Amino acid sequence: MNMVSLSTLDLSIAALLVVALAILGLKLQLGVTRQLIIAAIRTTVQLLLIGYILKFLFDNVHLGYMATISIIMLLFAGREVMARQTHPYKGLWGFGMGTISMFLSTFMVTLVALTVIINNDPWYTPQYAIPLLGMMLGNTMTGIALGLERLTQAAREQRKQIEARLMLGHSGQQAIMNIRRQSMRYGMIPIINSMAAAGLVSLPGLMTGQILAGSPPIEAVKYQILIMFLIAAGTGFGTVIAVVLGSRRLFDERERLRLDRLRK
Amino acid sequence: MTSLRVEDVGNNWLPTKVSLELAAGECVVISGPSGVGKSLLLRAIADLDIHQGDVHLGDNLCADISATDWRKQVGLLAADSAWWGEQVAEHMPKIPIEDLEALGFGKEVMKWSVDRLSTGEKQRLAILRLLANKPSMLLLDEPTANLDPDSVKKVETLLLDYCRNKPAGLIWVSHDTAQAERIADRRYHFDKNGLSEVKA
Repeated sequence: MNMVSLSTLDLSIAALLVVALAILGLKLQLGVTRQLIIAAIRTTVQLLLIGYILKFLFDNVHLGYMATISIIMLLFAGREVMARQTHPYKGLWGFGMGTISMFLSTFMVTLVALTVIINNDPWYTPQYAIPLLGMMLGNTMTGIALGLERLTQAAREQRKQIEARLMLGHSGQQAIMNIRRQSMRYGMIPIINSMAAAGLVSLPGLMTGQILAGSPPIEAVKYQILIMFLIAAGTGFGTVIAVVLGSRRLFDERERLRLDRLRK
Repeated sequence: MTSLRVEDVGNNWLPTKVSLELAAGECVVISGPSGVGKSLLLRAIADLDIHQGDVHLGDNLCADISATDWRKQVGLLAADSAWWGEQVAEHMPKIPIEDLEALGFGKEVMKWSVDRLSTGEKQRLAILRLLANKPSMLLLDEPTANLDPDSVKKVETLLLDYCRNKPAGLIWVSHDTAQAERIADRRYHFDKNGLSEVKA
């Protein structure tokens, strides 16, 4: 079974639907028409661009290229984690904390998946490595951002409770234990929910894509299960690492709560 | 006998550098206008805020012992107490029944939910919670501000007994002149020019 190739005409028809929506938006004065058009253009340009980059990588399989693109993806994800915080950590930490956690968890899990589970030759075959890493980073990023957001918000709200424990001679990590646990849980809930709902409520994107591309459903399902497990592991470990790093950074060597290390 | 020696302690929030010495068994009362930094001074002594200057407890310099041990020895009672668990018992070890009774509680108080406590009950329990660490210095930020006259008397008696018997030093921030006269061995005034002793 072969997939149906899309022509420029096909895409233009779909684009007309967006244009129709834009016109309706204008008539109803929704004020989103501009944003809609810009977003549609961005999607086209960005995806075409990444399409050409992927084509280049697929034609020139080389570990150096793969390492470069992986690092670039990681840095973008790290920036995104910081951008999603209401009160990110000041200085290099704001960017570094999420990035290090994502590096440790997603890169390790993806490496295991590529070398042990999928075990292609070479193991960094871009058709597998790039989508895998992309999905891992995308989901782990969400978990880490949620976990850190919860941690810093709760530390600000519960400053008095935390300091009450410090005054009694508890260590910083003891004083923030409850919040730390809660934040780790927070980061893991989305992936737990999507594993529980997979197939019943939503057909996950990877599986849908594979089926559209002509794969037998059972093969697509097996890949989806693999991805779900990898994402769960990556997100879970990443969130734990990020929250541990984040909660340590909230205290100094004299066990003082240092909310001044967060941006206002 | 341990003494507390505060030498040139200051930071961005305190109006001046502060020096103060007090012996175990001694009660020093500090009063002064609100907002001048009395609470911040106590926080700096408890090493809860960044500060310059040295604080010694006996032969030990604050920076030489761990922060957790320091705060167990130099116990700070905040002006309003905070509670992180649901039940009173989660916040402190077993308190001897005579201490509970001294502040008007029975042993069932440990099972009470924190939400049910009045401000005054919280304040009295916070004092018992702090004393359970057996600190050798107590930094008390208006410990009786929210209490009825009867409880004020009970708290004064308990704290002064602890001060004499342990013996422990007390730095007691109070706005109440009558109270200061009752309890103080020495009195200080703290304002934007710093700490000055009030001669009786």
